Parts: sequence; structure tokens; C-alpha cells
Amino acid sequence: MAGIVSFGSYIPTYRLPREVIAKEWGQASLGGERAIANFDEDSLTMAVNASVDALGDRDPKSLAGVFFASTTSPYREKQAAVTVATVLEAHAEIRTMDFTDSLRAGTSALMTALDLVPPGKTILVCAGDSRMGEPDSQQEQNYGDAGGAVLVGTENVLAEVVGTYTVSQEFLGTWRTEEQDYLRSFPGAFETKFGYNRFIAAAVQGILKKCNLTPKDIACAAIAAPAQRTLQAALRGLGLDAKAQVQDTFWNTVGDAGTAQPLVLLAAALERAKPGDLILVVGYGDGGDAAIFRVTDAMTEFRAVRSVFSQIEVKRLLSSYGKYARFRKLMRKDYSTTDVSTPVVLVRDQKEILPLHGGKCPKCETIQFPIHRICTECGFRDGLTEVKLARRGKLFTFTHDYLTETPDPPTTHAVIELDGGGRVYVQMTDCDSERVEIGMSLELTFRKYHEGYGIKNYFWKARPVNK
Amino acid sequence: MNIRDKVSVIGAGCSKFGENYDMSAEDMIVTAAFDAYTDAGIDPSQIQAAWVGTLSSANAGNALADPLKLFNIPITRVENYCASGMDAFRNACMAVASGMYDIVLALGFEKLRDSGQRGLGTFGNHPVVGYGTTAPSLFAMAANRYFSTYGIDKRALAKVAMKNHHNGTMSPKAHFQMEVTEDQVVGAPLICSPLGLFDCCPTTDGAAAVIICRSDLAKSFRPDPVLVKGVGLAVTSGEPYLKPGFAYTGFPATEQAAQSAYAQAGMTVKDIDLVECHDCFTITEILNIEDLGIAKRGEGWRYVEEGRAAIGGEIPVNPSGGLKSFGHPIGATGIRMIYEVSQHLWNKAGARQVKDAQVGLAHNLGGPGSVGCVTILANQ
Repeated sequence: MAGIVSFGSYIPTYRLPREVIAKEWGQASLGGERAIANFDEDSLTMAVNASVDALGDRDPKSLAGVFFASTTSPYREKQAAVTVATVLEAHAEIRTMDFTDSLRAGTSALMTALDLVPPGKTILVCAGDSRMGEPDSQQEQNYGDAGGAVLVGTENVLAEVVGTYTVSQEFLGTWRTEEQDYLRSFPGAFETKFGYNRFIAAAVQGILKKCNLTPKDIACAAIAAPAQRTLQAALRGLGLDAKAQVQDTFWNTVGDAGTAQPLVLLAAALERAKPGDLILVVGYGDGGDAAIFRVTDAMTEFRAVRSVFSQIEVKRLLSSYGKYARFRKLMRKDYSTTDVSTPVVLVRDQKEILPLHGGKCPKCETIQFPIHRICTECGFRDGLTEVKLARRGKLFTFTHDYLTETPDPPTTHAVIELDGGGRVYVQMTDCDSERVEIGMSLELTFRKYHEGYGIKNYFWKARPVNK
Repeated sequence: MNIRDKVSVIGAGCSKFGENYDMSAEDMIVTAAFDAYTDAGIDPSQIQAAWVGTLSSANAGNALADPLKLFNIPITRVENYCASGMDAFRNACMAVASGMYDIVLALGFEKLRDSGQRGLGTFGNHPVVGYGTTAPSLFAMAANRYFSTYGIDKRALAKVAMKNHHNGTMSPKAHFQMEVTEDQVVGAPLICSPLGLFDCCPTTDGAAAVIICRSDLAKSFRPDPVLVKGVGLAVTSGEPYLKPGFAYTGFPATEQAAQSAYAQAGMTVKDIDLVECHDCFTITEILNIEDLGIAKRGEGWRYVEEGRAAIGGEIPVNPSGGLKSFGHPIGATGIRMIYEVSQHLWNKAGARQVKDAQVGLAHNLGGPGSVGCVTILANQ
């Protein structure tokens, strides 16, 4: 039976206290803080980092599909799922799909994967969102950035699917057209009272009925919500105990993470689940999605690579709205005019750039990056073996560069000796410069370097390993 | 083949180095070239071939042909990162040594201040691999590695800046004539940690030129030609940050070029009376001192701190003020070093004159320490 084989989540390191936003506009703070994607992050990088954790050491060749969900895809035309698949080293003969334009794209992708996954194979579902509320609006405080990933399969499942249910309903509560930079919501309680509350009720009641279950059977309900208060109101009359049975939405620490939110909440619910537990996940948008999973014994052996809770604890606070504005290019400062790129090189070198392959000399065994034609160590010609480089290593040397223009100075350049061999030279991110020292342990994280040629130039950066 | 004693420098010229907002590249090139012609006592029509070093200020032999109106002779533009100047000199020397030409011109120049850029900007052509690398960042990574290996800190670097700024006060053509204190250097704004503003050479305009001729003809131009004893060039990986095992505590390109030059000259470091080396950053001078064999590994900083590299010390290093104080118009620097060493060998260096200088070594370094060029000159 199909189910969840593994999962991952990604909460960016930066947080913006809502009072910082409120102070900027002379508004009331909604309280708490929201997660902010770093300037080098977007919906795709957050989804990739969650996916790398979800896949773990599993063979990427077992993937029959990679699905990406977002309302903020990096490209208007150009698939993101195939980029994720390439980073993960999935086989080329698989199905890759982007689920976009609806807030429930994350749960829809998950349910589609459950429907489609062939016996013995897996489908990776990932989501990332970095939605933009208009400056000086409540949405700006409300939204948060995050990524999530679920590996769906039929063998060794942590949680098997009991049932899925969808109600598709035309509704206009929050939208963004081709021409609009920011999301717009109809003022007042129209969306919550006439949309959200009704669709959540329909989804929860629908799935319970379909699965022949009662609210009391549910151990934990991971329900997407624009805000914790909104969810509390929607739960009225559903028979679910908000405290005991419903996953906190992390509104106070992360915010509404769009399509990624239900996957993050599901991950949090699963991280604390016991065998036999029934987990309900609900997505909202243009109606509602719902699925119920039964946790198996396999869960006792499972540990998430990075738990949602530990990622919420590790954070760096943004002290000013200006920093956030620069991260999200609200003030279109031309600091990247010198960035050069070409799709030709990105395509030709994709094995080095995306899954970070290096070369190993068959003669002297030196692992090197990039993949040279001639071994840099012994001169052996034209036969380096392509190898996947480790995602962890030690800092060999570095500098904090105050000359390079960046939204988050200084730029830290790092020479890293990777575990198992190979030396890479990348930038560091998400770190306090004063804590960087030679010999420290680093992990690689997938990031966007720049947007030269009007394209997204993704590659790896390094950040301190948070213990 | 050994180049020793086959060619001589018979004239040298140099423009004022600095923020030459009032001078074009043409103005500086003409000044340096005609200073050199006059110094050698030759007419421009006697130049049979020329080499010009520039990183990015012009293309092709036209860089010289047009400003100097040197038409219809062979002119080659040389680009080898920051060692472009000395490599132009080296190629000129080899052409004369081959017997192909009797008298040639080697000129280096760079016009950096016409652009508003700080330093040289970023390097690299790849969209993401090595993205955003700046010149100071490459040497700053060496500084941090050197610090961690030998347990020293920024104060050691400051000694280099203080010495070279002091020497610069005696160099009228230098970019800076200004002393700096240790606190000033250590407290300056960071450019690339640990390198602060005063650890970095300035962004400078300038040009320098030398006239090279067959040694057997040299004395018909002047009684005291400077003999070229050896010229070495070595090129290593331009991506040391990706090179497995690269230690970041020295530059093998310098070591190799120096060994080659010493071997041609039949000399060792003990024979050297003064050194002009490539102190693009203070850490670089410390590494150069070790790479050239002046001090042992890990002792270069001490050599400076103990005053052994000062004028009047064991082997004065950068009596001109070096790149740090004289300035570093990229393509000009290697030729400017030949100019400087020649001034000392001719006993014309004024207040900064190294006493009884008979043998001088000049060292030009390019890229992230990947292009090393070393020349040994002597007055007999």
C-alpha cells in the first residue's frame, strides 16, 4: 500500500520579528516572528534542501517521479521539478511535474503521488513558497517562507495512506494575476468565513466519512491555515480538540508558508507520531484537500535528518526592514549589473553544478572539482571517473569579503575539504562572520548565487553545521 | 640555453604613479618611453621591436604603436595577469638573446582610475564556479591560512605596510609619500578579512619602460649597462582554491621562477643586495620573502619585523615602497621593478638608495599567485 517513506522540511535561518515590519509602517504588530528566505534562497532552493533530507541515502534511481509545488515558482515558464530531480540525480526517464497557482498545490501534489506511485518505486513531492504580501499590509506580516518534502512509496512506509479526499470549489479570496507583484485578499472576513472555514469543514468531514472514521480517531491533524487564530475558529464544531489533536501551525515562528505549510505541519506531526496513530493532513485553496495516514512500526526507527522543531530553534533575527526589503528586492537596487551568465555553460556543466559531481582519477585516486579532462595531480588523461561529492566538510581557509556587493555583507568565500575527498570553493551563507574559523564543520546548502542573464544561477553554498 | 649576460638594460623610464586623472594612457606611455629613450641615449627610430604588458587597458600591439607612433615594427601585447609587465620584459630579453633584434622596448602600463571601480572587480567567467572572487579575497585566504599555521596575527602584516610606506616617502614617483602607524594599519576598515585598507595596494595609474639591447653593444650606449643574469617564469593553477593539497602558505609559481632565475644567474639568495617583490597585499610580501628563499618557511613575517628587510637591513625588500606605496598599475608593475632595481644599480635611487647595490632581484606575481616571474639584474 502507498504511503510516506520519508520526509524532510526546510525552515530558513532568518526571522523577521513582526514588530519590525509593524514599526516600519506605523501599524500594530501581529506578534511573533516570520521566517524569511535569505537573499540567496527561493521556493526552489528551499524545496531542494528539504528534498535532499527526505531522500537521504536512498537510491535516487528508485524515483519514478519528482513533483514540485509552489505559488512562487522561480520561472513563469521553465519547470522547477526537473531541477530538483537533477540535483537528486533521479533517472531521466521519470515523470516531473510542477503543481502551481493554487495554495493547495502542495497537498494536491502529495495526493497525486499517492495515486500514481508504482509498486516498488517512489515519488518525491516537494514544495517551497516565498509569497509576497504588499508592503504595509497584514499579509506582509502573516506570510512566512519554508520548504517541505515527502517521499511517497509502497515499501517500508512510515505511514500508509488510509484515504484521500478533495473538494474543488471556485472561490476568490486571495489571488495574484500575471501583472500583480503582490498577493491581494478581499478585505474583511469574506475569505475566512465564507471560504476557509467552509472548505476546511468540508475536507475534514469528507475524509472522515470516506474513511469511516470519527474525529476522535485522529491522533494529530495537520491543517494548513493562514493564521493560528483562523484555524481555531475553523475548528469549531468539527469535533477535533485544538490542543490535543491539532498540530500548531508555527504561525508564531514561521508564518503561513503557502504550499509548503501543510507538508511542514505533516512533518512535525510525523516527527512525534507513534505506530498506529492516524494523521490527518489538510490543504486549503480553491476548495480543500485531505488525506489520512496510519503510522506504522517503521516510524520507531526513523529520524528526520533535520527536525522542524530544531530548525525553528536555530535562527538569526533580521534587525531591520531595510535588510528584508533588500533581500526581496523591494528596492530595485542594481547591485548585480556585473553578474554574467550563460545558459550554455549552466546546461553543459549541470552535473557539476546541480548534483555537485567531481572527478576521481583512476590512477592516483585524487578527487577533484570540477571534472578535469586531465588529472590535476598526476596528469592521467581523459578518464576521470565521475563521483558525487560529499555534502559535508571542513573549512580549510576563508575570507570575509567587504568588496563584493551583496544584500548581506560580507560575502564569505570558503575553501572546503569535503569529507571523503575533493576541494570546493564556494560562498558561505546563514552564518555570523565572527564565528567562522578554520577547521569548523560545514554542510552544503543549495542556493541561488545571482540572476545574471535574467536566469537563476543555482549552486551550492556552505553553512555551519548546527548541532 | 642560458640568458645570463646576453642582454642588458641600457635605459629606463617611469611616469608618476598615482590617481592620474589628468593623464591619459597615451600621456603616461609617452612619458615613460621617452624617459627611457633619453636615459639610453637612443632615438625612437632605433627600436626594432617592442613588447607591451597590460592586463586590460588596451588590446594588441596597437597599445604601443598608436601612442608612440611606432609603426611597421613587430609589437606584441603580453597578458599574464599582474605579471604581464615582467613577462613582456622577459619576452623582449629572449628575442634579443636569440639574435633576432639588437635594440627593443619593453613597456608596461595600466589605466585603472578612468573607471570608477574599486580594485579590479571580480574575476572569472564561469556563471557559478568561483563566482564573485576578488583579488584581495584570494590573498586574504592565504593570510588566514598562514595565521592559523604559524600562530600570528594582523600586527605582523602591519609591519610590512609601515616599512613600505616609509620607503615610499623617499620615492617621488610613488603613489603615496605617507608614513603609516601600526594602529592605523590594524584599525583600518576591512576589505577582505584579515586584510584592511592599508594591507592592500592602491588602485593606481602608471607606465614604465626599459630599453634592452645586446650586451656586446650595450657599452656603446652607456658605460654602466645593467646585465640580465636570469629570468624565470612559472605558471601554476589559476584555481588554487580548487587544487587538492594547495597549502595557501606560499606560491609554488614564485619558488619555481626563482629557482630558474637563480640557476641561470649561477647565484643564490646570498648574492642578492636588494629585492623588489610583488607586495600586492602585505601578506603577499611575507610569502614572497619565503618563496624567494630570503627567509625560512614561517619566518617571513619575522624577517620584516626584525628590520632585516628595511633599507640598510640584510636584504632590503621593496626600497621603492613596493606595490603597497608605489602603486600597482597592473601591466606597469613588472617593468617598474626593473626600473627600480636599475636605479639602485646605477646608484641613482636618491634617499632610498641601497648602498653598494650590485645585484638586484625583481619578482612579479600574477593571478591568485599562479604566475611567478623573477628577474636577476647586476651591474657587472
